[in-house]
Amino acid sequence: MEYSEKVMEHFMNPRNVGEIKDADGVGEVGNPVCGDLMTMYIRVKDDVITDIKFKTFGCGAAIATSSMVTELVKDKTIKEALSITNKDVVDELDGLPPIKMHCSLLAEEGIKAAIEDYRKRKDKKDSRNQRFEIEN
Amino acid sequence: MDNLIYLDHGSTTPTDQRVVEAMLPYFNKLYGNPSSIYSLARESKRAKEDAREEVAKLLNAKAEEIVFTSGGTEADNSAIKGIAFANKAKGNHIITSRIEHHAVLNTCKWLSGQGFTVSYIGVDKYGVLDLDELKGAITDKTILITIMHANNEVGVIEPLAEIARIAKDSGVCLHTDAVQTVGKIPVDVNVLGIDLLVLSGHKFYGPKGVGALYIRKGTKIASLLHGGYHEGNRRAGTENIPGIVGLGKVCKIAMEEREEDEKRVKALRDDLEERIAKKIDDIIVNGHPEMRLAGTLNICVKYIEGESMLLCLDHEGIAASSGSACTSASLEPSHVLTAMGIPAELAHGSLRFTLGRSNTKEDIDKVIEVLPPIVSKLRKMSPFGKG
Ligand SMILES: Cc1ncc(COP(=O)(O)O)c(C=O)c1O
Ligand code: FES
Repeated sequence: MEYSEKVMEHFMNPRNVGEIKDADGVGEVGNPVCGDLMTMYIRVKDDVITDIKFKTFGCGAAIATSSMVTELVKDKTIKEALSITNKDVVDELDGLPPIKMHCSLLAEEGIKAAIEDYRKRKDKKDSRNQRFEIEN
Repeated sequence: MDNLIYLDHGSTTPTDQRVVEAMLPYFNKLYGNPSSIYSLARESKRAKEDAREEVAKLLNAKAEEIVFTSGGTEADNSAIKGIAFANKAKGNHIITSRIEHHAVLNTCKWLSGQGFTVSYIGVDKYGVLDLDELKGAITDKTILITIMHANNEVGVIEPLAEIARIAKDSGVCLHTDAVQTVGKIPVDVNVLGIDLLVLSGHKFYGPKGVGALYIRKGTKIASLLHGGYHEGNRRAGTENIPGIVGLGKVCKIAMEEREEDEKRVKALRDDLEERIAKKIDDIIVNGHPEMRLAGTLNICVKYIEGESMLLCLDHEGIAASSGSACTSASLEPSHVLTAMGIPAELAHGSLRFTLGRSNTKEDIDKVIEVLPPIVSKLRKMSPFGKG
């Protein structure tokens, strides 16, 4: 099994590692296949993902795809971010060994979970604001 | 590869230069088929029988009790299937352990689809076989007990002599996969009381693709390979003469150098173990503190995953291995660590160093220099805190 140079480059120098304090959305996903874990933090402004950070417990492919997906969605709209698939991430990395394809799902699902969390929080906030308006 | 620090001797070893030289003439100078009659062929036959003597000597066996094979896997298959099929009338029950190499485990698994039943005996947290469970598992249908001498992942050495006593008391045949011990620790088939034993050349500086099966005289066994009359009709196929010569040579070297080698390797391993434990928090050393192969250090590094550690080590020119789910083709954590009660998330961070003859103190220094920063870098990336 061999990783592409691009995978190794992202693995050795992962982009956007860390956490965002007071993030607008946090997604935590696990890989049912091998038991790995990933947390994505996003900051959203005017429907655009302005900042993103990740933490991953997993193999080289899991770390490289986490890193790549953060690059792909940064400065994109929520809609654009949601359209990115694990296949896009793998293509950007010049492929993954077949046995490692499942690792890239973590990256796609991590973003989706973070966005879902962001939307939930926003809905809550919006409905709170609405109530406010009525009371006034 | 010149600067490679090779710490994966449990997987394979470089072939000793003296062994390579002993083998070379048998490729294109003394290439006769040992089954033929002319003098060129007799050279091959003589070389083969000399090699058999050397292998037998190392095990304190008789030459005629040694059958050459294509390696450990074939020998394990031959032993287990051979005993199973030869003793069908007697019974259909096989006992093994939960920590065997796949060469044994998957052979047993296959047999369980062929009308045999298999009991898998557990181990304690050090990987030592549960002898009471073994005793309790034996029935009047038991025809074979197969327990490895030392485990390839954690290096634990099983109490074979005691296992042999239990087998003998019940009149059951005992096979051992000694691929990890032959050439490293004393292996005497008579002191241990073994009926069948498997060794493999490439694990102790011999060539790959050659091994041997010891079969105690009088043991009833069926052959795995049918064909010509080779190896006393026990293993058909024109013999791998260069490989067999190499195996004989490496057994001879092991007789003379094993003890010195192991002393040196143990000192290096102990140093590595001590310094890793001092430099890195939250690690666990796997396997038995004393009953362990001299070269093996298996640790779990909490909060991070094994493959990513291996990739970083490789980047620094260090070759090691791991029992993490991510490094196994099945994406299951190591069955050995699991059997020892190590939870999956810890097994995920397992790292195995197996030291050997070529290693030096400088190699250990290098690991101690690069491993702690690798661990802290990966821990910073890990969602399990500790960043
Ligand atoms: C304990 C054990 N048994 C069997 C084998 C298989 O031996 P071989 O590689 O010669 O087939 C190995 C090594 O891979 C091993 O470590
Ligand atoms: S995350 Fe476990 S194999 Fe990739």
